[in-house]
Amino acid sequence: MDETRTSEATPRTTVERRSDREVVVTRWFDAPARLVFKAWSTPELFQRWWVPQSMGMTLYACEMDVCTGGTYRLNFGEGMDFFGRYLEVTPPSRIVWTNEEGGDDASVTTVTFEEHDGRTLLVMSELYPTKEALDAAGGAEEATHETFSQLDELLATLR
Amino acid sequence: MVQYSDTRLDAPFAALADGTRRGVLQRLGRAECSITELAEQFDMTLTGMRKHVGVLEQAGLVTTRKIGRVRYCRVGIRRLDEVQAWIDSYHQLWDARFRELDAVIESMQLKEKRDGRDTYE
Repeated sequence: MDETRTSEATPRTTVERRSDREVVVTRWFDAPARLVFKAWSTPELFQRWWVPQSMGMTLYACEMDVCTGGTYRLNFGEGMDFFGRYLEVTPPSRIVWTNEEGGDDASVTTVTFEEHDGRTLLVMSELYPTKEALDAAGGAEEATHETFSQLDELLATLR
Repeated sequence: MVQYSDTRLDAPFAALADGTRRGVLQRLGRAECSITELAEQFDMTLTGMRKHVGVLEQAGLVTTRKIGRVRYCRVGIRRLDEVQAWIDSYHQLWDARFRELDAVIESMQLKEKRDGRDTYE
């Protein structure tokens, strides 16, 4: 952590599986926490970054009531909805929400924004109820599946 | 998908949750090594190291072979690649999102410069 805290460090995304149920992502942003928080909690701004082109998806509707106890719903068309509830919203430092589209496999995401000398360290933790749920998530589910299939094929040729 | 990941990834992630076992994997990444040597290097009893190697072996992260009376261990490439693939795909998504977020924040900062600091208060 100390290494990345030096102000000249490039804003690199790190991903770490802390346990078989938890994955933690960190990233520095060259902006005060209030702006990073705002970009995360304002629907018009959120929509502009949440679905990068490489995801190959379109966000059709985005309803977010970003306050403790509020709900959100993201619609990607054809009945594909991601939804849940904000368990805690503390501007500009912390948002905790549930991801309930998976039914019983609902995960809880906690994102914190820590400001240091005008820059912000974002730490996001996703805690899944079971390791199966986490394994299934794999960031972009299809991509993982694809990668694994390709890997299987490659490894088969190496045997 | 759940089934698929379940059977193939549980054991490796459980195995990697332990610091010593991650150390052993790193060590084996450099060269094949006997359990006795590993026990010495990690300042551990032979029995303790056997257990760790057993967990890694079951997870498919390490393979062992016996030559004479000595059991040698090496990295089992396949599972490690799968674990890495999971992390890579997760990383890819979030890195792409955060690069977009950088752009959004930059435009917010420009707007504040133009319209005054309280634009996003």
